[in-house]
Amino acid sequence: MSTHDEVPQENSQPQSGDKMKTTTTPHSLADVANARAVKSPGTQPLGSGLEARGVHAWFGKKHALKDVTLDFAAGTVTALIGPSGCGKSTFLRTLNRMHEFIPTAALAGEVLLGGKDIYAAGTDVTKIRLRVGMVFQKPNPFPSMTIGQNVLSGIKLAQLKVSNTDDLMEECLTRAGLWDEAKDRLNEHASALSGGQQQRLCIARSLAVRPEVLLMDEPCSALDPGSTFRIEQTISELSQTMTIVIVTHNMQQAARVSDYSAFMLSDGGPGELIEVAPTNELFSRPRDKRTEDYVTGRFG
Amino acid sequence: MTVADQVKPGMPWLPTKKEKSQKFVSFLLALIASVVLLFGTGLNGKLGWVFAFFISYVSISFITEYRKAGIPAAQDSLLTSISRFAIFLAVIPIVSIVATVVSKGWRGLHWGLFTQDMSQATVNDPITNGGMLAAIVGTLIMVGLALIFTLPISILTALYLTEIKGKFAGIIRFLVQAMSGVPSIVAGLFILSSIVYPITQSYSGLMGALALSILMIPTVARTAEEVLLLIPSDLREAGLALGATQWRTVAMVVVPAVKSGLVTAIILGVARVVGETAPIILVTGGGDATNLNPVSGPMGSIPFYVWKSFLLGGTEESSQRTWAGLLVLLIWVLLLFMAARFISSRTRKG
Repeated sequence: MSTHDEVPQENSQPQSGDKMKTTTTPHSLADVANARAVKSPGTQPLGSGLEARGVHAWFGKKHALKDVTLDFAAGTVTALIGPSGCGKSTFLRTLNRMHEFIPTAALAGEVLLGGKDIYAAGTDVTKIRLRVGMVFQKPNPFPSMTIGQNVLSGIKLAQLKVSNTDDLMEECLTRAGLWDEAKDRLNEHASALSGGQQQRLCIARSLAVRPEVLLMDEPCSALDPGSTFRIEQTISELSQTMTIVIVTHNMQQAARVSDYSAFMLSDGGPGELIEVAPTNELFSRPRDKRTEDYVTGRFG
Repeated sequence: MTVADQVKPGMPWLPTKKEKSQKFVSFLLALIASVVLLFGTGLNGKLGWVFAFFISYVSISFITEYRKAGIPAAQDSLLTSISRFAIFLAVIPIVSIVATVVSKGWRGLHWGLFTQDMSQATVNDPITNGGMLAAIVGTLIMVGLALIFTLPISILTALYLTEIKGKFAGIIRFLVQAMSGVPSIVAGLFILSSIVYPITQSYSGLMGALALSILMIPTVARTAEEVLLLIPSDLREAGLALGATQWRTVAMVVVPAVKSGLVTAIILGVARVVGETAPIILVTGGGDATNLNPVSGPMGSIPFYVWKSFLLGGTEESSQRTWAGLLVLLIWVLLLFMAARFISSRTRKG
């Protein structure tokens, strides 16, 4: 399996991005991917990196994920793409130990957060989830709480101490791109917000506990294009300070927001990692035939 | 004048005058046919007439619909008339019970009913002598105690079934369901044989409360479980993904989200047991004097009051007592159900 370290660095040179800025409309996925400057790993030592080492996952007897080894360098955005049922979401959920909530779930392999295995015996799992936050496919703000309470819910739930909650609330809502719309409505119930706003509220909520890594499971699949655009902006801004892993069905979105893309596939058996590369490279010069077929829309 | 000014809102899907008159004609036909049936066959009485009318109305509307639009429409009309009739049958007893109780009971209502008890009166005295104070107080105490016993047990059971989903969830769910089918007299006999005879050797309100708890726990636990199951698992995962323990997620996210549903579950549980008679008669001793102490001495209750007035009476006065007692009980239950409906409808909107 290839990891980021093995990726040739020439591809992350910014000149390709500069070249594309003259184009008014990007035409292909590769163009879209090229249109954004690529962050090379290690240049921004922000947040913590996450390393999956030989991760397998099972649901009962069903082998759902096979031997995925993948690095997420600190401060980068990595998109997990692939057809439905290829194990993207399952893999994502192994990264903050949400996988184990499925009663029949089983796992093998290691996931290193800041160099330490999150599955090691004696690990406090709630601490792991504080450091690795998650945004779900469907916006799921807490219905019994107001907008403001939702933002601070993580603090209350994990019993953290915060000196100035008002500042934290403003900061998180600003970073999630919701402050201007929500600042006068903090005492309204979260259900009063639109779907896109609710999803940004969920992002704000996960930011409040200051995670180092943010996992996003198809965060825009239930949203309209306008809200999707807004959330993609939010992702770009967040990637300045944290590591982001995003599962998406939308290859355009992967091309727009991610530095790296990982293509996963299942041929009826367990899902496997086929290829990982800087996003512009994966979309313009995929090394694997199956990746090429997928990104050019020949299947999936 | 714009076009919009000339357009009038209409409802073109409603039946036309012709269709309405057709319906009316078939109704009249059914009426005539039912009378003919009533005299032509062995059917008789009100119920016989209802049955005859049902048969003739269903067949006449089936035939008209068939001639108009064929078999599918006729089947449709058949199903519609049968379900209308079923609703009618279901509503008859409810309306009849409420009407009878109100019409016979309201004359017996007087202020003394709520301030006096039966310690100085017998059931055959005029209704103005004595009252239901002992019964009302007894019911309040016993149901209140039963609520205190039931609440933690049933809510925690529901949480075990939906949140912890422990190894025994399947069997516990089965047992709780089976328990909700336990006849109330069995609950009374159980308390009688397991506590009253071997241990306390005396009747008391506490024993009544225990018997009621046995009946209340399955109702509250099942309703609470159903309410908890409505919470999307997304919400639980959101809490857990924020670094909360399961207990904090349940306490801060899941339970607040179903708060009103749980209140409804509790009210339904209370309504289930407030009128229970058999277990109360078996274990409370049924006092006529107001007794505020649930652990010693017999305690009255509204169902006991009704039962005693009915059983020991036989006079005009005692039957008036019975109906007045029933009316008070019915009002109680009605208020509880209204509260449950009000609370659950308020959440659906909010």
